[in-house]
Amino acid sequence: MSEQLSEILDEAGVGRALIRMTHEVLEHNKGTENLVVVGIKTRGEFLAKRLAATIEKLEGVKVPLGSLDITLHRDDLSKRADVPNVQTTEIPFAIDDKTVVLIDDVLFSGRSTRAALNELNDFGRPSEILLAVLVDRGHRELPIRADFVGKNIPTRKNESIRVHVKEVDEEDSVLLVKK
Amino acid sequence: MSLKWTKKDLLSLQDLSKEEIELILETAQSFKEVSTRAIKKVPALRGKTVVNLFFEPSTRTRNSFEVAEKRLSADMMNVAIQQSSVKKGESLIDTAKNVEALKVDIVVVRHSASGSPNLLARNLKASVINAGDGSHEHPTQGLLDLYTILEKKGKIKGLNVVIVGDVAHSRVARSNIWGLTKLGANVTIVGPQTLIPSQVEELGVSISNNLEEAIEKADVIEMLRLQKERQEDNLFPTIREYGMLFGLTQEKLNKAKPDVLVMHPGPINRGIEMTSEVADGKNSVILEQVTNGIAVRMAVLYLVSGAQVLENDEQKSAVK
Repeated sequence: MSEQLSEILDEAGVGRALIRMTHEVLEHNKGTENLVVVGIKTRGEFLAKRLAATIEKLEGVKVPLGSLDITLHRDDLSKRADVPNVQTTEIPFAIDDKTVVLIDDVLFSGRSTRAALNELNDFGRPSEILLAVLVDRGHRELPIRADFVGKNIPTRKNESIRVHVKEVDEEDSVLLVKK
Repeated sequence: MSLKWTKKDLLSLQDLSKEEIELILETAQSFKEVSTRAIKKVPALRGKTVVNLFFEPSTRTRNSFEVAEKRLSADMMNVAIQQSSVKKGESLIDTAKNVEALKVDIVVVRHSASGSPNLLARNLKASVINAGDGSHEHPTQGLLDLYTILEKKGKIKGLNVVIVGDVAHSRVARSNIWGLTKLGANVTIVGPQTLIPSQVEELGVSISNNLEEAIEKADVIEMLRLQKERQEDNLFPTIREYGMLFGLTQEKLNKAKPDVLVMHPGPINRGIEMTSEVADGKNSVILEQVTNGIAVRMAVLYLVSGAQVLENDEQKSAVK
């Protein structure tokens, strides 16, 4: 099957979107008090690291940084034809009464977010959970919305979004894929 | 980690490739974190039923499986069957059919007859996990030993591992020998000649009858439990003599590397396989083995449950 790729955001675009989102998070939270940042694996983890680094640059505060592997909370585990490999969740701090900023690369059906919310519940009771995504591509299947969005990209069902991050893909970009 | 798990059952480490063993160990690492959470439970096996079918008494292996199953949110059931009251072959197939009728997804089986998990695996659609069969294998114990070594030493390849005791009757030793040699460790087995299986060299291990010599270069010492009933078979003169020659004391341990790991699958006969000083000493990782057992068993349960879906899908598409 041939694929048509078009670049929606380049490296500078991804960088600007992340910096704006960081400002929005800080504005919403009125600073860094009680703020923790958690990325959803794989790519959300790296976006979370950058967001935390930007917060440190702007406010001079290191916020706690964690990562979630949602594999074990997926709702399609008993239906999949293969067993997804599990990675490690790392939240080495208490999230009780904190404001958790949950970060993912793409918001689509909302099912990953649902899984992440359930998993976060096992770690404690945050006072607030906010969702930040680099791309919102629509087609929600659950009543979930993002609080901070890097770029809204309305897509058709036969299109998909590919987010590249330097840490695993050698470059930062957001691509629209037509099949 | 691109390898996908495809096996319905876990019957032995002999059956597994190096990559499959590594996948289980990596998966176990993720599951270890689950046990450190405020809520030590993930919904990965929600709605699945696991039966622990134990034809032989077991406390720690069964408890460990039970905790692992509960932390994965599986529904579990213990079935303890006294070996004495049943005829082996018949009852096993019979029991298997009854288990099948309960619509279970995974059967964890321990049996005194070597190969019985294989027999069950052939006759059941459910996944079968071997929790120890006769003197054949105890794969999850082998895996948790590998995991503990890897966690403590950061690698397995090139390590000198000494396995001490009744290797001939030990399923733990056999699983360890397969696993360790596949991952590239140098394995030496130590014990009285009567308790060392003949032609064991063919598995790629060295043999020694002198504990003090063997542990000098060891990175890991795995002590096996001495089954006291073996003395009645005249395989060694007295337990006291066995303890003097092959028991691990602090004095002997002082000649080994300072960071050597001392392991034991439990339960320990204190004063025979090792002194209390050694069992509770700084080199001992015996209790960490128990903790790691949960993570390793969670990983195995998770992986085989996925492979079962795969098989069912193949069956479904075959029907279509």
